[in-house]
Amino acid sequence: MGPSGTGKTTLLRLITGQVQADSGTIEVAGENLRALSRANLYVLRRRMGMLFQNGALLTDLSVFENVAFPLREHTDLPERLIRQLVLTKLQAVGLRGAALLMPAELSGGMSRRVALARAIVMDPELLIYDEPFVGLDPISLGVILRLIRRLNDTLGITSIVVSHDVKEISSVADRVFLLSGGKVVASGTPQELKSYPSETVKQFIDGLADGPVPFHFPAPDYFGELLSRGEIL
Amino acid sequence: MLRELWESLTDALQGLGAVVHFLFRLVANSPRALMRFDLISQQIFNSGALSLVIIMLSGLFVGMVLGLQGYELLERFGSEEALGTAAAIGLVKELGPVVTALLFAGRAGTALASELGLMRATDQISAMEMMAVDPILRVVVPRFLGGVIAMPLLAAIFSVIGIYGAQLVGVQIMGVDSGSFWSQMRASVGHADINEGIVKSLVFGVACSLIAVFQGYYATPTAEGVGRATTRTVVTSAVVILFLDYLLTAAFL
Repeated sequence: MGPSGTGKTTLLRLITGQVQADSGTIEVAGENLRALSRANLYVLRRRMGMLFQNGALLTDLSVFENVAFPLREHTDLPERLIRQLVLTKLQAVGLRGAALLMPAELSGGMSRRVALARAIVMDPELLIYDEPFVGLDPISLGVILRLIRRLNDTLGITSIVVSHDVKEISSVADRVFLLSGGKVVASGTPQELKSYPSETVKQFIDGLADGPVPFHFPAPDYFGELLSRGEIL
Repeated sequence: MLRELWESLTDALQGLGAVVHFLFRLVANSPRALMRFDLISQQIFNSGALSLVIIMLSGLFVGMVLGLQGYELLERFGSEEALGTAAAIGLVKELGPVVTALLFAGRAGTALASELGLMRATDQISAMEMMAVDPILRVVVPRFLGGVIAMPLLAAIFSVIGIYGAQLVGVQIMGVDSGSFWSQMRASVGHADINEGIVKSLVFGVACSLIAVFQGYYATPTAEGVGRATTRTVVTSAVVILFLDYLLTAAFL
């Protein structure tokens, strides 16, 4: 968790090897990302699933083909088996009935559920969610929230959820890391974070308008600027 | 002033270098992409078949104008029968490849650029990378090769229809003798002329497709960025086509 612009998504991109770190090392599942070749990075990525903010479904393929996409690209499974796998994953996210729709016909919440089915179709060990709650209505939000927890427990995987929704994260996370200004400022269970002795954490958890992150964008003195002749404008 | 000029020059050179590097990447991936020809044939359909109507209509009208202008000009020298030759050479060597390429950039090039730009803007490219699927191999190379293959075919269709357009006006309306129209054409248009047309349309096909996929793939991932990539595709393609046309014409003389 963390306020906008603190580097949450950048951290995800680092973990998944989409961008390279300028310094330091990143290890995922015991592999040093910097030392990996492109081919080996792709092998590692098959063990990860990622849910993008808006689903990132391939717009020219149907829901069924979107979920089948990783299977078709990486395996030579017979068509019957692909169908079984896709339908079970779609059933898990409650969208088996939407298999023949195109992505343009789906609501935001449905797209994300299809993307979730696609992310788990290769049975990853690690599932990564980038801002999964943004712009969802309360019902869809509840569905996604429950799916994150249920998939995590039934598939026995690790999930990383990036978000700034304190309430939602607190209800589903085992462990929370709070980022601010590119650094981890606090970590612990959601309960521990609520009583964390830090102004930065308190401002974020309670949603206070002013605090270590100031309400005002840095600016010259207010009255001085009002009374001046306004050369800068 | 000089500094700005220098900077824009180095910028342009860097851009050119990036495009050439991208071309090498595409070519290096092409053999593997050819293994899945279904993806490429899909793109030949998208770039080629979907551009057919505009290409055929334009070919017809260009041919008809050629018939009219050519007749008017040749009549002054009393050599109307040469109309077939003039129209065929003009179309096969010059107008066919160039006009087709310009139309191709406007119809198929913009479609490619905006499609790839949108895929970038909606994270579809990143999603593929995260699924361990190389977007260059899966998405970009098939589109590039589809365009490269479609372009000479379209140029050939353009030229054929254009010749019939010239025949329609010259023979049917202005009354040039049908026999001499065709026989003179057959006697004086040779392999060299046809080859020049094929080479030109192939080169233009590579240039147009490369510019389109490059602009689309590296578009700024916003609505504005996609729009700009589309515009830039048409503008760059048009200039590059005409420039290459001059070079190739000079090389074939």
